[in-house]
Amino acid sequence: MAIRSLASRKTLASLKETSSKFLGFRGIQTFTLPDLPYDYSALEPAISGEIMQIHHQKHHQAYVTNYNNALEQLDQAVNKGDASTVVKLQSAIKFNGGGHVNHSIFWKNLAPVNQGGGEPPKGALGGAIDAHFGSLEGLVKKMSAEGAALQGSGWVWLGLDKELKKLVVDTTANQDPLVTKGGSLVPLVGLDVWEHAYYLQYKNVRPEYLKNVWKVINWKYASEIYDTESK
Amino acid sequence: MMTVAVTATSSSLLCSLLPSQVTGPNRRMQWKLKEKRRFSRKVAVSGVITAGFELKPPPYPLDALEPHMSRETLDYHWGKHHKTYVENLNKQIVGTDLDGLSLEEVVLLSYNKGNMLPAFNNAAQAWNHEFFWESIKPGGGGKPAGELLRLVVRDFGSFEDFLEKFKSAAASQFGSGWTWLAYKANRLDVANAVNPLPKEEDKKLVIVKTPNAVNPLLWDYSPLLTIDTWEHAYYLDFENRRADYINTYMDKLVSWETVSTRLESAMARSTQREQEGTETEDEENPDDEEPEVYLDSDIVVSEVD
Repeated sequence: MAIRSLASRKTLASLKETSSKFLGFRGIQTFTLPDLPYDYSALEPAISGEIMQIHHQKHHQAYVTNYNNALEQLDQAVNKGDASTVVKLQSAIKFNGGGHVNHSIFWKNLAPVNQGGGEPPKGALGGAIDAHFGSLEGLVKKMSAEGAALQGSGWVWLGLDKELKKLVVDTTANQDPLVTKGGSLVPLVGLDVWEHAYYLQYKNVRPEYLKNVWKVINWKYASEIYDTESK
Repeated sequence: MMTVAVTATSSSLLCSLLPSQVTGPNRRMQWKLKEKRRFSRKVAVSGVITAGFELKPPPYPLDALEPHMSRETLDYHWGKHHKTYVENLNKQIVGTDLDGLSLEEVVLLSYNKGNMLPAFNNAAQAWNHEFFWESIKPGGGGKPAGELLRLVVRDFGSFEDFLEKFKSAAASQFGSGWTWLAYKANRLDVANAVNPLPKEEDKKLVIVKTPNAVNPLLWDYSPLLTIDTWEHAYYLDFENRRADYINTYMDKLVSWETVSTRLESAMARSTQREQEGTETEDEENPDDEEPEVYLDSDIVVSEVD
């Protein structure tokens, strides 16, 4: 397992470079499921190993598979000049592509407690959170409340608005990525509030999941993105 | 101009909901009022009707759908999710203008022409779940018969074609929601327009999918059958395998008798409105708006897991 974890960390560190491969002769990129940078059970008791395994191996994998299928159909439609099919495919691309993008971020937003999960953000992000939300507690309360109130399936985000240079909390429906709420928004922390993210453990009590997930949030990752993107 | 029209429409809609003030030509709401007794409510000792929608139990024991739908799933889905929608709805509307109306009326009014009021989600989910539990039964499945089968064959080609389309629609819902079989003989409440009666060829069975709490009542369709595709409906039994849940639901649980009964009511309602329509045709308005529904032709290739 140690070897696997090591390999996983390496894979994730270079996610952008390795998560897609070129099928050279046709020029279509296909996306692959990224490894988790920790074991499935490493987030317990906040999130059970069973949830993590199904969430990663089944749900995320399905988004990747369906995204690739839709992109392949898109490629064929473009080559044939089939404008109608190109448009028709957009919803499947947005949903499955969004599912892949969001989950890839989500895995990096989480960390086992012994690897810094739940440790409050320091540095520039910590200061910005205090300035925007009063305190980390204020932000946690706001995001948890918005997550509990979200109707149906979706995500709650802490984002950085690069243009306005400020932090924002927003929600997106289904698998819409944060960028659908504004082109200058960069996701720092995304909380998955689809029922599949918590149901086997928390059943109908979403607020309890939203209370516990903060114990394994990887603020170090969020800080790194913040530092890079706010330059 | 537009604001005036909308205001006039909503106030006439509101007026027509009060039994003592049913005077306008809005027969749709009048019809709904006749259906009002379907919904249980508590009447306080004083005789004042209060916001007291009751959690109606499924028409079978909670373990009666096993092994296709587990007792545990019903304990949570009915005993927690459905219950919470009803309780929260009661809390939300007590003492408001919505207090004392039927559940259908609360759904239609709180939808507020798409600009949903806070009560909409709980009201519609309470309605949807009651309709859902009554759509299935122990020993269900099989094939429809009689007039229902005739219309299924007419509108979808064959029962097998219908099943395929319905299952595909349910599998491809992008997120939480519902898939419906509905009888479409609707007329829309649109102000400043002539709303003709539906033509014979407009009256048909349709498959629609709706996001989150939305249901086909909002477009004046008559729902006949539904499947809940929120993950909480199947996750304890099937985890991510939504397709297995859908197959089991359609093949082992659907009560086609209930669907047939609902079709009879829907057709009777349509006939009744036609008869009324010939009396006050001049007062009606046309619908130049397309309803915002997701017809089965929108189904996208990939399944959702």
